[in-house]
Amino acid sequence: MKLKLALAQINTKLGDVEANLAKHLEYIEQAKSQKADLLVFPELSLTGYVLQDLVASVAHKPTEDDPIFKHLLAASHDLDLVVGFVDEDSRHRFYIASAYLSGGEVLHVHHKVYLPTYGLFDEGRFFAWGDSVRSFDTRFGRIGMLICEDFWHASPPYLLWLDGADILIFSSASPGRGLNDNEKLESARWVERVNKAYASMFTSFVAHANRVGYEDGLHFWGGATIFDPNGEELAHGPYNEEAITYAELDLNQLRRTRARLPLLRDERTALVQKELNRILSRD
Amino acid sequence: MTEINLSLNTNLARDILAGFIKSEITRVGMSRAVIGLSGGLDSALSCALAVEALGKGNVLAVRMPYKASSKDSLDHAQLLIDQLGVPSKTIEITDMVEPLFKLDPDISNMRKGNIMARERMIVLFDQSEVFKGLVVGTSNKTEILLGYSTIYGDSASAMNPTGDLYKTQVRQLSRAMNIPAPIIDKPPSADLWADQTDEKELGFTYEEVDKLLYLLVDQRYSPQEAVEAGFDEAFVRTVTTRIRRNQFKRMQPPIAKVSNRTIGYDFLYLRDWGT
Repeated sequence: MKLKLALAQINTKLGDVEANLAKHLEYIEQAKSQKADLLVFPELSLTGYVLQDLVASVAHKPTEDDPIFKHLLAASHDLDLVVGFVDEDSRHRFYIASAYLSGGEVLHVHHKVYLPTYGLFDEGRFFAWGDSVRSFDTRFGRIGMLICEDFWHASPPYLLWLDGADILIFSSASPGRGLNDNEKLESARWVERVNKAYASMFTSFVAHANRVGYEDGLHFWGGATIFDPNGEELAHGPYNEEAITYAELDLNQLRRTRARLPLLRDERTALVQKELNRILSRD
Repeated sequence: MTEINLSLNTNLARDILAGFIKSEITRVGMSRAVIGLSGGLDSALSCALAVEALGKGNVLAVRMPYKASSKDSLDHAQLLIDQLGVPSKTIEITDMVEPLFKLDPDISNMRKGNIMARERMIVLFDQSEVFKGLVVGTSNKTEILLGYSTIYGDSASAMNPTGDLYKTQVRQLSRAMNIPAPIIDKPPSADLWADQTDEKELGFTYEEVDKLLYLLVDQRYSPQEAVEAGFDEAFVRTVTTRIRRNQFKRMQPPIAKVSNRTIGYDFLYLRDWGT
Protein backbone atom coordinates (compact mmCIF):
# COMPACT_ATOMS: atom_id res chain seq x y z
CA MET A 1 0.00 0.00 0.00
CA LYS A 2 1.21 3.47 -0.88
CA LEU A 3 0.48 6.76 0.84
CA LYS A 4 1.24 10.06 -0.84
CA LEU A 5 2.08 12.36 2.03
CA ALA A 6 2.29 16.14 1.76
CA LEU A 7 3.86 18.42 4.36
CA ALA A 8 2.87 22.09 4.21
CA GLN A 9 5.34 24.57 5.66
CA ILE A 10 3.39 27.79 5.77
CA ASN A 11 3.72 31.24 7.24
CA THR A 12 0.76 32.39 9.33
CA LYS A 13 -0.86 35.65 10.37
CA LEU A 14 -0.59 36.02 14.12
CA GLY A 15 -4.09 35.77 15.56
CA ASP A 16 -5.94 36.00 12.22
CA VAL A 17 -7.67 32.62 11.97
CA GLU A 18 -9.75 33.50 8.89
CA ALA A 19 -6.71 34.57 6.88
CA ASN A 20 -4.91 31.40 7.95
CA LEU A 21 -7.91 29.26 7.02
CA ALA A 22 -7.86 30.81 3.54
CA LYS A 23 -4.22 29.79 3.18
CA HIS A 24 -5.04 26.25 4.38
CA LEU A 25 -7.72 25.95 1.72
CA GLU A 26 -5.27 27.13 -0.98
CA TYR A 27 -2.70 24.55 0.10
CA ILE A 28 -5.37 21.86 0.24
CA GLU A 29 -6.29 22.63 -3.39
CA GLN A 30 -2.65 22.44 -4.38
CA ALA A 31 -2.07 19.12 -2.58
CA LYS A 32 -5.29 17.76 -4.06
CA SER A 33 -4.12 18.60 -7.56
CA GLN A 34 -0.96 16.57 -6.83
CA LYS A 35 -3.14 13.67 -5.68
CA ALA A 36 -1.89 13.73 -2.10
CA ASP A 37 -3.67 11.39 0.34
CA LEU A 38 -2.72 13.23 3.51
CA LEU A 39 -1.69 16.86 4.02
CA VAL A 40 -0.04 17.91 7.30
CA PHE A 41 0.09 21.51 8.54
CA PRO A 42 2.46 22.77 11.27
CA GLU A 43 1.81 23.49 14.95
CA LEU A 44 -0.81 26.21 15.52
CA SER A 45 -1.16 26.58 11.75
CA LEU A 46 -4.57 28.25 12.09
CA THR A 47 -3.47 30.84 14.65
CA GLY A 48 0.26 31.60 14.65
CA TYR A 49 2.61 30.72 17.48
CA VAL A 50 3.44 33.43 20.05
CA LEU A 51 -0.20 34.03 20.93
CA GLN A 52 0.14 35.21 24.53
CA ASP A 53 -3.07 37.10 25.37
CA LEU A 54 -4.61 36.21 22.00
CA VAL A 55 -5.15 32.60 23.08
CA ALA A 56 -8.81 32.86 24.11
CA SER A 57 -9.80 34.88 21.06
CA VAL A 58 -8.40 32.38 18.52
CA ALA A 59 -9.71 29.15 20.10
CA HIS A 60 -12.00 26.88 18.07
CA LYS A 61 -13.72 23.56 18.52
CA PRO A 62 -13.14 20.94 15.83
CA THR A 63 -16.84 20.43 15.07
CA GLU A 64 -19.05 20.71 12.00
CA ASP A 65 -20.83 23.80 13.27
CA ASP A 66 -17.59 25.67 13.92
CA PRO A 67 -17.17 28.43 11.28
CA ILE A 68 -13.54 27.48 10.68
CA PHE A 69 -13.63 23.70 11.02
CA LYS A 70 -16.69 23.23 8.83
CA HIS A 71 -14.55 24.22 5.81
CA LEU A 72 -11.72 21.93 6.81
CA LEU A 73 -14.03 19.02 7.54
CA ALA A 74 -15.65 19.49 4.12
CA ALA A 75 -12.20 19.50 2.49
CA SER A 76 -11.27 16.29 4.32
CA HIS A 77 -13.57 14.32 2.01
CA ASP A 78 -10.92 14.74 -0.68
CA LEU A 79 -7.79 14.10 1.35
CA ASP A 80 -6.94 13.55 5.01
CA LEU A 81 -5.73 16.60 6.93
CA VAL A 82 -3.74 17.39 10.04
CA VAL A 83 -4.23 20.98 11.22
CA GLY A 84 -2.83 22.90 14.18
CA PHE A 85 -5.14 25.04 16.33
CA VAL A 86 -6.06 26.20 19.81
CA ASP A 87 -8.63 23.81 21.28
CA GLU A 88 -10.97 24.98 24.02
CA ASP A 89 -12.59 22.31 26.16
CA SER A 90 -16.06 22.55 27.71
CA ARG A 91 -14.56 23.98 30.89
CA HIS A 92 -12.59 26.66 28.99
CA ARG A 93 -9.14 25.25 29.22
CA PHE A 94 -7.05 26.06 26.15
CA TYR A 95 -4.72 23.53 24.52
CA ILE A 96 -2.18 23.58 21.74
CA ALA A 97 -3.79 20.93 19.53
CA SER A 98 -3.54 18.97 16.29
CA ALA A 99 -6.65 17.48 14.70
CA TYR A 100 -6.69 14.62 12.21
CA LEU A 101 -9.60 15.05 9.80
CA SER A 102 -10.76 12.41 7.33
CA GLY A 103 -13.95 11.88 5.33
CA GLY A 104 -15.68 14.77 7.10
CA GLU A 105 -14.91 13.34 10.55
CA VAL A 106 -12.48 14.21 13.31
CA LEU A 107 -10.58 10.96 13.87
CA HIS A 108 -8.35 12.27 16.64
CA VAL A 109 -7.32 15.40 18.52
CA HIS A 110 -3.95 15.52 20.26
CA HIS A 111 -3.32 18.05 23.00
CA LYS A 112 0.34 18.98 23.41
CA VAL A 113 1.59 17.23 26.55
CA TYR A 114 4.90 19.06 26.97
CA LEU A 115 4.63 22.85 27.06
CA PRO A 116 8.10 24.39 26.99
CA THR A 117 8.24 27.15 29.59
CA TYR A 118 11.90 28.07 29.68
CA GLY A 119 14.33 30.15 27.67
CA LEU A 120 12.42 31.89 24.91
CA PHE A 121 9.31 29.73 25.46
CA ASP A 122 6.34 30.62 27.65
CA GLU A 123 3.66 28.10 26.68
CA GLY A 124 2.86 26.88 30.19
CA ARG A 125 1.80 30.39 31.12
CA PHE A 126 -0.93 30.50 28.48
CA PHE A 127 -1.99 26.89 27.82
CA ALA A 128 -3.29 23.83 29.65
CA TRP A 129 -1.19 20.65 29.54
CA GLY A 130 -2.57 17.77 27.52
CA ASP A 131 -2.73 14.51 29.43
CA SER A 132 -2.89 11.70 26.93
CA VAL A 133 -0.76 10.18 24.20
CA ARG A 134 -2.82 7.90 21.95
CA SER A 135 -2.44 6.33 18.55
CA PHE A 136 -5.51 6.07 16.32
CA ASP A 137 -6.67 4.15 13.26
CA THR A 138 -6.84 5.72 9.82
CA ARG A 139 -7.35 4.40 6.31
CA PHE A 140 -3.54 4.17 6.08
CA GLY A 141 -3.07 2.19 9.28
CA ARG A 142 -2.40 3.37 12.78
CA ILE A 143 -0.95 6.85 13.25
CA GLY A 144 0.33 8.89 16.18
CA MET A 145 0.61 12.69 16.34
CA LEU A 146 2.88 14.84 18.51
CA ILE A 147 3.53 18.55 18.67
CA CYS A 148 7.05 20.00 18.86
CA GLU A 149 8.30 19.75 22.48
CA ASP A 150 6.37 16.44 22.79
CA PHE A 151 8.99 14.76 20.65
CA TRP A 152 11.94 16.46 22.39
CA HIS A 153 11.05 13.95 25.11
CA ALA A 154 11.65 10.31 24.26
CA SER A 155 8.59 8.90 26.03
CA PRO A 156 5.71 10.18 23.83
CA PRO A 157 7.05 8.68 20.57
CA TYR A 158 7.82 5.48 22.48
CA LEU A 159 4.25 5.31 23.84
CA LEU A 160 2.76 5.90 20.38
CA TRP A 161 4.92 3.11 18.98
CA LEU A 162 3.74 0.68 21.66
CA ASP A 163 0.17 1.86 21.06
CA GLY A 164 0.45 0.65 17.50
CA ALA A 165 1.47 3.69 15.46
CA ASP A 166 3.51 2.88 12.36
CA ILE A 167 3.45 6.46 11.11
CA LEU A 168 4.48 9.25 13.47
CA ILE A 169 3.36 12.73 12.46
CA PHE A 170 5.16 15.59 14.17
CA SER A 171 4.30 19.25 13.76
CA SER A 172 6.24 22.25 14.99
CA ALA A 173 6.54 26.00 15.16
CA SER A 174 10.24 25.80 15.88
CA PRO A 175 12.08 29.11 16.30
CA GLY A 176 15.52 28.98 14.72
CA ARG A 177 18.46 29.36 17.10
CA GLY A 178 22.11 28.43 17.37
CA LEU A 179 23.55 30.05 14.26
CA ASN A 180 27.25 29.20 14.01
CA ASP A 181 29.57 28.11 11.22
CA ASN A 182 27.63 24.91 10.59
CA GLU A 183 25.61 24.62 7.40
CA LYS A 184 22.36 24.41 9.44
CA LEU A 185 20.96 26.01 12.58
CA GLU A 186 21.53 24.04 15.78
CA SER A 187 17.76 23.76 16.30
CA ALA A 188 17.28 22.30 12.82
CA ARG A 189 20.11 19.83 13.29
CA TRP A 190 18.72 18.67 16.62
CA VAL A 191 15.21 18.11 15.28
CA GLU A 192 16.41 16.29 12.17
CA ARG A 193 18.73 14.09 14.23
CA VAL A 194 15.98 12.95 16.60
CA ASN A 195 13.45 12.44 13.80
CA LYS A 196 15.91 10.17 12.04
CA ALA A 197 16.65 8.41 15.31
CA TYR A 198 12.97 7.74 16.04
CA ALA A 199 12.44 6.36 12.54
CA SER A 200 15.46 4.07 13.01
CA MET A 201 14.73 2.94 16.57
CA PHE A 202 11.01 2.43 16.05
CA THR A 203 11.35 1.11 12.48
CA SER A 204 8.51 3.47 11.56
CA PHE A 205 7.75 6.36 9.24
CA VAL A 206 8.41 9.74 10.84
CA ALA A 207 7.16 12.93 9.19
CA HIS A 208 7.76 16.46 10.47
CA ALA A 209 6.08 19.70 9.32
CA ASN A 210 7.53 22.94 10.66
CA ARG A 211 6.31 26.43 9.87
CA VAL A 212 8.19 29.30 8.27
CA GLY A 213 8.05 33.09 8.61
CA TYR A 214 8.77 35.49 11.45
CA GLU A 215 7.00 36.64 14.59
CA ASP A 216 8.77 39.72 15.94
CA GLY A 217 12.42 38.61 16.01
CA LEU A 218 11.66 34.87 15.99
CA HIS A 219 12.35 33.08 12.75
CA PHE A 220 10.81 29.70 11.89
CA TRP A 221 12.96 27.57 9.65
CA GLY A 222 10.67 25.07 7.84
CA GLY A 223 12.72 22.17 6.49
CA ALA A 224 10.02 19.46 6.51
CA THR A 225 11.36 15.91 6.59
CA ILE A 226 10.12 12.36 6.11
CA PHE A 227 12.16 9.35 7.23
CA ASP A 228 11.35 5.74 6.39
CA PRO A 229 11.52 2.70 8.74
CA ASN A 230 15.19 2.25 7.87
CA GLY A 231 15.90 5.80 9.04
CA GLU A 232 16.49 6.94 5.47
CA GLU A 233 15.34 10.39 4.43
CA LEU A 234 12.58 10.21 1.81
CA ALA A 235 12.13 13.94 1.30
CA HIS A 236 13.42 17.22 2.68
CA GLY A 237 11.66 20.57 2.26
CA PRO A 238 13.51 23.84 1.76
CA TYR A 239 14.50 26.07 4.67
CA ASN A 240 12.92 29.46 5.36
CA GLU A 241 10.30 29.52 2.60
CA GLU A 242 6.75 28.33 2.13
CA ALA A 243 6.48 25.00 0.34
CA ILE A 244 4.73 21.67 0.14
CA THR A 245 7.01 18.66 0.39
CA TYR A 246 5.70 15.41 -1.07
CA ALA A 247 6.80 11.84 -0.52
CA GLU A 248 5.33 8.53 -1.48
CA LEU A 249 5.37 6.19 1.50
CA ASP A 250 5.54 2.54 0.56
CA LEU A 251 3.87 1.08 3.62
CA ASN A 252 5.16 -2.41 2.74
CA GLN A 253 8.57 -1.11 3.85
CA LEU A 254 7.38 -1.60 7.43
CA ARG A 255 7.18 -5.35 6.84
CA ARG A 256 10.52 -5.61 5.05
CA THR A 257 12.37 -3.57 7.67
CA ARG A 258 10.83 -5.37 10.63
CA ALA A 259 11.52 -8.78 9.09
CA ARG A 260 15.18 -7.79 9.01
CA LEU A 261 15.26 -5.85 12.27
CA PRO A 262 12.65 -7.07 14.79
CA LEU A 263 13.06 -4.28 17.35
CA LEU A 264 9.31 -4.02 17.85
CA ARG A 265 8.92 -7.78 18.29
CA ASP A 266 11.72 -7.86 20.86
CA GLU A 267 10.73 -4.78 22.83
CA ARG A 268 10.35 -5.93 26.45
CA THR A 269 7.42 -3.84 27.60
CA ALA A 270 6.88 -5.88 30.77
CA LEU A 271 10.47 -5.20 31.75
CA VAL A 272 9.96 -1.48 31.07
CA GLN A 273 6.82 -1.49 33.17
CA LYS A 274 8.44 -3.38 36.03
CA GLU A 275 11.42 -1.06 36.16
CA LEU A 276 9.28 2.06 35.77
CA ASN A 277 7.13 0.91 38.68
CA ARG A 278 10.22 0.39 40.77
CA ILE A 279 11.76 3.73 39.80
CA LEU A 280 8.55 5.70 40.32
CA SER A 281 7.72 4.08 43.66
CA ARG A 282 11.09 5.07 45.10
CA ASP A 283 10.93 7.87 47.64
CA MET B 1 42.66 29.85 27.09
CA THR B 2 39.52 27.96 26.00
CA GLU B 3 39.11 27.87 22.21
CA ILE B 4 36.16 30.07 21.22
CA ASN B 5 34.87 30.15 17.68
CA LEU B 6 32.43 32.94 16.85
CA SER B 7 32.40 32.42 13.10
CA LEU B 8 29.06 32.27 11.34
CA ASN B 9 27.59 30.58 8.32
CA THR B 10 27.27 33.91 6.51
CA ASN B 11 24.87 32.68 3.83
CA LEU B 12 22.43 31.50 6.44
CA ALA B 13 22.85 34.69 8.50
CA ARG B 14 22.21 36.77 5.41
CA ASP B 15 19.04 34.86 4.52
CA ILE B 16 17.61 35.02 8.01
CA LEU B 17 18.41 38.70 8.61
CA ALA B 18 17.31 39.97 5.20
CA GLY B 19 14.16 37.86 5.60
CA PHE B 20 13.55 39.50 8.96
CA ILE B 21 13.79 43.02 7.53
CA LYS B 22 11.50 42.14 4.67
CA SER B 23 8.97 40.49 6.97
CA GLU B 24 8.88 43.31 9.51
CA ILE B 25 8.43 45.97 6.84
CA THR B 26 6.05 44.29 4.42
CA ARG B 27 3.75 42.84 7.08
CA VAL B 28 2.67 46.37 8.04
CA GLY B 29 1.95 47.20 4.41
CA MET B 30 5.17 49.09 3.76
CA SER B 31 8.05 48.42 1.39
CA ARG B 32 10.83 50.84 2.30
CA ALA B 33 13.56 51.43 4.85
CA VAL B 34 15.55 54.40 6.12
CA ILE B 35 19.07 53.96 7.51
CA GLY B 36 21.48 56.43 9.04
CA LEU B 37 24.87 55.77 7.43
CA SER B 38 27.74 56.82 9.65
CA GLY B 39 30.51 55.53 7.44
CA GLY B 40 31.13 52.76 9.94
CA LEU B 41 30.67 49.03 9.76
CA ASP B 42 27.39 48.45 11.61
CA SER B 43 25.28 50.81 9.53
CA ALA B 44 26.99 49.62 6.35
CA LEU B 45 25.94 46.05 7.10
CA SER B 46 22.37 47.00 8.02
CA CYS B 47 22.11 48.96 4.80
CA ALA B 48 23.41 46.07 2.69
CA LEU B 49 20.97 43.69 4.38
CA ALA B 50 18.09 46.10 3.77
CA VAL B 51 19.03 46.35 0.09
CA GLU B 52 19.06 42.58 -0.12
CA ALA B 53 15.63 42.47 1.55
CA LEU B 54 13.87 45.30 -0.27
CA GLY B 55 15.85 46.23 -3.38
CA LYS B 56 18.13 49.25 -3.71
CA GLY B 57 15.43 51.72 -4.71
CA ASN B 58 13.59 51.09 -1.46
CA VAL B 59 16.39 51.97 0.94
CA LEU B 60 17.20 55.58 1.79
CA ALA B 61 20.69 56.14 3.19
CA VAL B 62 20.97 59.29 5.28
CA ARG B 63 24.33 60.85 6.14
CA MET B 64 24.16 63.21 9.12
CA PRO B 65 27.57 64.81 9.67
CA TYR B 66 28.50 67.29 12.37
CA LYS B 67 31.11 69.90 11.54
CA ALA B 68 33.79 68.02 13.49
CA SER B 69 32.95 64.63 11.96
CA SER B 70 35.90 63.12 10.17
CA LYS B 71 35.90 63.47 6.41
CA ASP B 72 36.59 59.75 6.17
CA SER B 73 33.20 59.03 7.69
CA LEU B 74 31.40 60.95 4.95
CA ASP B 75 33.59 59.47 2.23
CA HIS B 76 33.15 55.92 3.45
CA ALA B 77 29.39 56.33 3.63
CA GLN B 78 29.49 57.62 0.05
CA LEU B 79 31.55 54.60 -1.02
CA LEU B 80 28.81 52.35 0.21
CA ILE B 81 26.03 54.47 -1.29
CA ASP B 82 27.76 54.28 -4.67
CA GLN B 83 28.40 50.56 -4.39
CA LEU B 84 24.84 49.69 -3.38
CA GLY B 85 23.22 52.26 -5.67
CA VAL B 86 20.76 53.45 -3.03
CA PRO B 87 19.13 56.88 -2.94
CA SER B 88 20.77 59.09 -0.32
CA LYS B 89 20.49 62.39 1.52
CA THR B 90 23.02 64.39 3.49
CA ILE B 91 21.56 66.39 6.36
CA GLU B 92 24.11 68.21 8.46
CA ILE B 93 23.20 68.39 12.16
CA THR B 94 25.62 71.17 13.16
CA ASP B 95 23.03 73.97 13.04
CA MET B 96 20.59 71.86 15.03
CA VAL B 97 22.87 70.94 17.92
CA GLU B 98 25.13 74.01 18.22
CA PRO B 99 22.46 76.25 19.82
CA LEU B 100 22.03 73.67 22.58
CA PHE B 101 25.79 73.27 23.09
CA LYS B 102 26.12 77.06 23.41
CA LEU B 103 23.74 77.20 26.36
CA ASP B 104 26.41 75.63 28.56
CA PRO B 105 30.06 76.51 28.02
CA ASP B 106 31.07 73.61 30.29
CA ILE B 107 29.27 70.97 28.24
CA SER B 108 31.22 67.70 28.19
CA ASN B 109 32.08 65.57 25.18
CA MET B 110 29.81 62.88 26.55
CA ARG B 111 26.82 65.23 26.64
CA LYS B 112 27.61 66.52 23.17
CA GLY B 113 27.85 62.97 21.89
CA ASN B 114 24.48 62.05 23.37
CA ILE B 115 22.85 65.16 21.93
CA MET B 116 24.25 64.40 18.48
CA ALA B 117 23.08 60.80 18.64
CA ARG B 118 19.58 61.94 19.61
CA GLU B 119 19.51 64.65 16.95
CA ARG B 120 20.32 62.01 14.35
CA MET B 121 17.45 59.92 15.69
CA ILE B 122 15.10 62.91 15.19
CA VAL B 123 16.30 63.39 11.62
CA LEU B 124 15.96 59.69 10.80
CA PHE B 125 12.45 59.33 12.16
CA ASP B 126 11.47 62.48 10.27
CA GLN B 127 12.93 61.05 7.05
CA SER B 128 11.02 57.87 7.83
CA GLU B 129 7.83 59.87 7.34
CA VAL B 130 9.11 61.60 4.18
CA PHE B 131 10.36 58.40 2.50
CA LYS B 132 7.54 56.24 3.92
CA GLY B 133 10.09 53.75 5.21
CA LEU B 134 10.82 52.22 8.61
CA VAL B 135 14.05 53.03 10.43
CA VAL B 136 16.31 49.98 10.42
CA GLY B 137 18.59 49.82 13.46
CA THR B 138 22.32 49.26 13.42
CA SER B 139 23.18 48.17 16.98
CA ASN B 140 25.17 44.99 17.53
CA LYS B 141 25.07 42.53 20.43
CA THR B 142 28.38 43.70 21.89
CA GLU B 143 27.31 47.32 22.25
CA ILE B 144 23.82 46.41 23.45
CA LEU B 145 25.25 44.20 26.20
CA LEU B 146 27.89 46.74 27.21
CA GLY B 147 25.44 49.64 26.98
CA TYR B 148 27.83 51.37 24.61
CA SER B 149 25.16 53.51 22.99
CA THR B 150 22.93 56.53 23.61
CA ILE B 151 19.51 55.58 24.86
CA TYR B 152 16.84 57.05 22.52
CA GLY B 153 19.70 58.00 20.20
CA ASP B 154 21.56 55.50 18.05
CA SER B 155 19.74 52.68 19.86
CA ALA B 156 16.35 53.88 18.57
CA SER B 157 14.90 52.09 15.56
CA ALA B 158 11.84 50.25 14.27
CA MET B 159 13.69 46.93 14.08
CA ASN B 160 17.16 45.62 14.60
CA PRO B 161 18.50 42.96 12.22
CA THR B 162 22.02 42.83 13.68
CA GLY B 163 21.37 43.04 17.43
CA ASP B 164 22.14 39.34 17.96
CA LEU B 165 25.53 39.51 16.20
CA TYR B 166 28.70 40.32 18.09
CA LYS B 167 30.91 43.02 16.58
CA THR B 168 33.39 40.45 15.28
CA GLN B 169 30.48 38.63 13.61
CA VAL B 170 29.31 41.91 12.08
CA ARG B 171 32.79 42.20 10.59
CA GLN B 172 32.69 38.64 9.26
CA LEU B 173 29.25 39.06 7.68
CA SER B 174 30.29 42.45 6.24
CA ARG B 175 33.21 40.81 4.47
CA ALA B 176 30.90 38.19 3.03
CA MET B 177 28.57 40.94 1.79
CA ASN B 178 31.40 42.85 0.10
CA ILE B 179 31.27 45.95 2.24
CA PRO B 180 34.14 48.18 0.99
CA ALA B 181 37.45 47.30 2.65
CA PRO B 182 38.20 50.77 4.11
CA ILE B 183 34.99 50.49 6.16
CA ILE B 184 35.85 47.01 7.40
CA ASP B 185 39.49 47.73 8.15
CA LYS B 186 39.32 51.02 10.05
CA PRO B 187 39.11 51.12 13.85
CA PRO B 188 35.47 51.29 14.98
CA SER B 189 34.51 54.76 16.21
CA ALA B 190 31.38 56.68 17.17
CA ASP B 191 33.15 59.70 15.60
CA LEU B 192 31.61 62.05 18.14
CA TRP B 193 34.96 63.80 18.67
CA ALA B 194 38.36 63.72 16.99
CA ASP B 195 40.42 60.54 17.41
CA GLN B 196 37.71 58.77 19.37
CA THR B 197 37.78 55.00 18.91
CA ASP B 198 35.52 52.43 20.54
CA GLU B 199 38.37 50.25 21.76
CA LYS B 200 40.27 53.18 23.31
CA GLU B 201 37.15 54.32 25.08
CA LEU B 202 36.07 50.88 26.24
CA GLY B 203 39.57 49.88 27.34
CA PHE B 204 39.58 46.51 25.59
CA THR B 205 39.27 45.12 22.08
CA TYR B 206 36.13 43.70 20.46
CA GLU B 207 38.07 40.54 19.73
CA GLU B 208 38.65 40.00 23.47
CA VAL B 209 35.30 41.11 24.79
CA ASP B 210 33.22 39.23 22.22
CA LYS B 211 34.78 35.96 23.31
CA LEU B 212 34.10 36.73 26.94
CA LEU B 213 30.53 37.84 26.23
CA TYR B 214 29.94 34.68 24.25
CA LEU B 215 30.92 32.56 27.27
CA LEU B 216 28.99 34.66 29.80
CA VAL B 217 25.83 35.20 27.76
CA ASP B 218 25.47 32.52 25.10
CA GLN B 219 27.16 29.70 26.98
CA ARG B 220 25.93 30.76 30.47
CA TYR B 221 29.38 30.62 32.09
CA SER B 222 29.58 32.03 35.62
CA PRO B 223 32.17 34.83 36.02
CA GLN B 224 34.34 32.36 37.94
CA GLU B 225 34.14 29.82 35.10
CA ALA B 226 35.14 32.59 32.64
CA VAL B 227 38.23 33.29 34.75
CA GLU B 228 39.02 29.57 34.79
CA ALA B 229 38.65 29.57 31.00
CA GLY B 230 41.54 32.05 30.83
CA PHE B 231 40.09 35.56 31.14
CA ASP B 232 41.60 38.16 33.47
CA GLU B 233 39.56 38.52 36.65
CA ALA B 234 39.40 42.33 36.58
CA PHE B 235 38.32 42.26 32.93
CA VAL B 236 35.54 39.77 33.72
CA ARG B 237 34.40 41.98 36.60
CA THR B 238 34.38 45.12 34.44
CA VAL B 239 32.32 43.41 31.76
CA THR B 240 29.79 41.73 34.07
CA THR B 241 29.26 45.04 35.86
CA ARG B 242 28.72 46.87 32.58
CA ILE B 243 26.17 44.28 31.46
CA ARG B 244 24.20 44.62 34.69
CA ARG B 245 24.36 48.40 34.97
CA ASN B 246 23.16 48.91 31.42
CA GLN B 247 20.08 46.71 31.63
CA PHE B 248 17.99 49.92 31.69
CA LYS B 249 19.06 50.70 28.14
CA ARG B 250 17.69 47.38 26.94
CA MET B 251 14.18 47.82 28.31
CA GLN B 252 11.08 49.92 28.07
CA PRO B 253 10.74 52.07 31.20
CA PRO B 254 8.88 50.08 33.87
CA ILE B 255 5.25 51.02 34.45
CA ALA B 256 4.07 51.16 38.06
CA LYS B 257 1.35 48.55 38.41
CA VAL B 258 -1.90 49.56 40.09
CA SER B 259 -4.65 48.02 37.94
CA ASN B 260 -5.53 44.39 37.29
CA ARG B 261 -4.09 44.51 33.81
CA THR B 262 -0.98 46.47 33.06
CA ILE B 263 0.97 47.02 29.87
CA GLY B 264 4.19 45.06 30.04
CA TYR B 265 3.13 42.69 32.84
CA ASP B 266 -0.19 41.11 31.92
CA PHE B 267 -1.19 42.80 28.70
CA LEU B 268 0.94 40.64 26.47
CA TYR B 269 0.99 40.77 22.70
CA LEU B 270 3.81 40.63 20.19
CA ARG B 271 4.39 43.68 18.07
CA ASP B 272 3.46 41.52 15.07
CA TRP B 273 -0.04 41.00 16.50
CA GLY B 274 -2.56 40.58 13.68
CA THR B 275 0.01 40.54 10.88
